[in-house]
Amino acid sequence: MTGPRPLDGFPVLARLTAAQRAAVAATAREESFPAETVLFTESQPAAGCWLIRDGHVALATPVPGRGLLAVHTLGPGDVLGWSWLVPPCCWRYTATTASPVSAARLDTARLRALADADPALGYPLALGLLEAVARRLQSTRSRLLDLYGSPRER
Amino acid sequence: MSAEAGPATTARPGVPPAGEPMVPAAYRVARRTAETHDCVSLRLEPAGPAGPRFRPGQFTMLSRPGVGEVAISVSGDPAAGDGSLTQTIRDVGAVSRALCRSRPGDLIGVRGPFGTSWGLETTAGRDLVIVAGGVGLAPLRPAVLGALADRGAYRRVIVVVGARSPAEFLFREQLDAWTATPGLEVELTIDRPDSAWTGPVGFVTEPLARLDLEPARTTALLCGPEPMLRFAADVLLGQGMAAADIRVSLERNMQCGIGLCGHCQLGPLLLCRDGPIVDYARARPLLAIREL
Repeated sequence: MTGPRPLDGFPVLARLTAAQRAAVAATAREESFPAETVLFTESQPAAGCWLIRDGHVALATPVPGRGLLAVHTLGPGDVLGWSWLVPPCCWRYTATTASPVSAARLDTARLRALADADPALGYPLALGLLEAVARRLQSTRSRLLDLYGSPRER
Repeated sequence: MSAEAGPATTARPGVPPAGEPMVPAAYRVARRTAETHDCVSLRLEPAGPAGPRFRPGQFTMLSRPGVGEVAISVSGDPAAGDGSLTQTIRDVGAVSRALCRSRPGDLIGVRGPFGTSWGLETTAGRDLVIVAGGVGLAPLRPAVLGALADRGAYRRVIVVVGARSPAEFLFREQLDAWTATPGLEVELTIDRPDSAWTGPVGFVTEPLARLDLEPARTTALLCGPEPMLRFAADVLLGQGMAAADIRVSLERNMQCGIGLCGHCQLGPLLLCRDGPIVDYARARPLLAIREL
């Protein structure tokens, strides 16, 4: 674990000014994990948010008879964890590293305080998170279409 | 390509398709490879003189005498200089089922190759982003093989492949080999995981959105279901790529293969002649029209 590094290049922070990104970076600490590390567990209280620099993280949920099923994988540039922002502020899935991962972990209590105190930072930050969520929603909808299935199955 | 036509003319050994484009030439099945539960690759060898060499992205009309004819993309190595064709067929109807059930030694009618190509020769010195969904990998495989055969001609070569499940990737062994090939960036992603899958889960748009591209120096080749083409192209456009630098493979009801019958019309295009590979600047407004 080391001190803050710049957070340039993360789409979720793209709407922030350099000074605002530096303020967010001041809440961050660098973390790295080997593969198969559980970062958080479904239904537990949510705190923290990771900006993934390298590696992949799988979001999974246990399904009886099928084990822990990954429903989504996040990779470099993605933001992992926004349940801290949305009541009841519990993790919705279990996050496990699928490969060695390095990420900047944001202190979401400090981040929230920053955003509450300065809407000029909070609004573009919330928009960035909304864009990330919208992109995942679009991706999930695309998967629901089952586009790769055979015409014979329809 | 899966639109199927009625019974075909019996194949005549020794008739090169370039001379009489409506007359099938006879090819013999030399090898049959089951790719997935419903997809088969056939390696076809000419029973007479070999037909014209194909360019990556082109298709042929394959027929089983007495059953019918169907357009199938060529999925083999464009550098194969022995006149053979490798084609990957999904069992979706009577003709494709008959083709999938072919055995080594069987005769298959072949017309073509027809249509436009991916135009690899125009992409030298650029980054290549190759995006395949499901059986859309079949017509893109020759493009990947072509790029690998002349690897120094390109900057980054990125291959993103999506499948419904781990068992439904075409050419799985080759995908694994590509993943380990230096100079080739490969990401496989699936829609529906099983408990054994440890790779990425998500639609192909997600790895695309994570790519750090130089839009002005990138050409993208896309093949898959039409909504996937639109969604993937939207991501690439959002990254700053020009529509003219995105090439998509389109599919309609190809029948004659030479722009005569009109069955494959898409607006002003006859896709057997003006396609199947079309740049997205032309394709985009056409794909926005329902039921066109």
